[in-house]
Amino acid sequence: MEQICIIVGAGHAGAQLAASLRQEGWTGRITMVGDEPWLPYNRPPLSKAYLAGEKTFDEILIRHAEFYERQGIELVLNASASSIDRPHKAVVLSDGARLAYDKLALCTGARVRRLPEDGFDNVLYLRNRNDLEALRVYLRDGARAVIIGGGYIGLEAAAVLRKFAVSVTVIEAASRVLARVTAPELSQFYQRVHAEKGVEILTGCAIAGLVADAKKPNLAVGLELDNGRSVDADFIVVGIGVVPNTELAEAAGLEVSGGIVTDICARTSDPDIFAAGDCTVHPVKDFGTLRLESVGNAVEQAKAAASAICGKPRPDHSLPWFWSDQYDLKLQTAGISTGYDRIVMRGDAEASASFAAFYLRQGRLIAADCVNRASEFLLSKKLIAEGREIAPEQLADDSRPFKEIVA
Amino acid sequence: MIKITFLNSAGVSTEVEAHPGDTAMQVAVDNLVPGIAAECGGACSCATCHVVVDSDWIELVGYAEDMEKDLLESLDGAGENSRLCCQIELTRVLDGLILQVPQS
Repeated sequence: MEQICIIVGAGHAGAQLAASLRQEGWTGRITMVGDEPWLPYNRPPLSKAYLAGEKTFDEILIRHAEFYERQGIELVLNASASSIDRPHKAVVLSDGARLAYDKLALCTGARVRRLPEDGFDNVLYLRNRNDLEALRVYLRDGARAVIIGGGYIGLEAAAVLRKFAVSVTVIEAASRVLARVTAPELSQFYQRVHAEKGVEILTGCAIAGLVADAKKPNLAVGLELDNGRSVDADFIVVGIGVVPNTELAEAAGLEVSGGIVTDICARTSDPDIFAAGDCTVHPVKDFGTLRLESVGNAVEQAKAAASAICGKPRPDHSLPWFWSDQYDLKLQTAGISTGYDRIVMRGDAEASASFAAFYLRQGRLIAADCVNRASEFLLSKKLIAEGREIAPEQLADDSRPFKEIVA
Repeated sequence: MIKITFLNSAGVSTEVEAHPGDTAMQVAVDNLVPGIAAECGGACSCATCHVVVDSDWIELVGYAEDMEKDLLESLDGAGENSRLCCQIELTRVLDGLILQVPQS
């Protein structure tokens, strides 16, 4: 009988998994269930090229409709899975439909963490196409926005809002922006750049409460901070992280620990169920067991899952990498800097917009943040993966091309 | 429709059809062309959609610039005619284009 693989989730991981299954030779049925009404699309450009009108929605689709038709990939969109019947190997959708599977892949992703005070129409989040369409309404010259959260999502939002001449205040609870993911040198750099672009950044303060409009209680007119200050706003954008969608897996009795637990081949605790992307925690070569929120991870894990589903498991040993586009700055990060004991700067982060920060642990490069330094980024990926030792003074020597230094 | 051909390092060619305005990367991804991973989806961030433009076509396609050039300069096997195909927008004048996909 024809084998059936069901993919729950139609984000980056799900879309890659479907394609990789065909590349790995899966000849059975593939059904992908997505809770949004659209074909899988690239999320990063949503708040950038798409919002700015430089690309149409069709242009940010991961693959066009013809691809799914040609490859015989069935899409069940605008549908959500409500449970997994493991004894009978079926996924139950919220409308009661049962989809039988031989192999099941969970690519359920993550959802935004919401403010405890919810329900304001003009408190917005950034994750899905609908979120962006909701934001679009507020983009007018001179509007006042408050962004809660000074992580990558918050800062990227600040950059794009400035493009629309919206005035922007960023509120960050930590003492600096990007505190969770980068060194103080990078935080200072981004704080300087955003200040130059007219963004006000308030660090070390938390939200005491949102202020509702006296006449329209579904609108927020600003917020109060725990330091006594209040900030007016026409709208508020919240970027305070995501929560992995693990409920389906958990209810089905799969191992879940801050994410759906998978091994290095994207296998869960059930031999017929696999998982990939933001919803998983998994061993990351050289960096421990982690939950990664990135397109790169979704793609690599999905490939590993597809190979395992096709019975030829190939461990995912890929190096984590990330990117963030703000203004004309392209940050590319290789590796994960957590636990570094030394940082080496190459180029001038204080006055220029092109430099790299290398993170070392016990003399070995573990991560690199590269701002408008593509060469340093690509070569760092290699250096980190190879675990090569390299002298800090060489890394810092910006008088010679990086390629020459690491050759 | 625009026809373009991807040629891999083993000499296997894949001929695909594209709409004007598509990027060569998008066409490759839609047709599962081996060797084009295109991880970042066209953001010019990952350098996983490297192609070498056939010398007859490079003047029409144009050479890499700026960030794309920087990425290519550090990529193994990249040369003067190398491009990241997410940055190649297809137009009717590129009908018949041949792109080589180097071994990744």
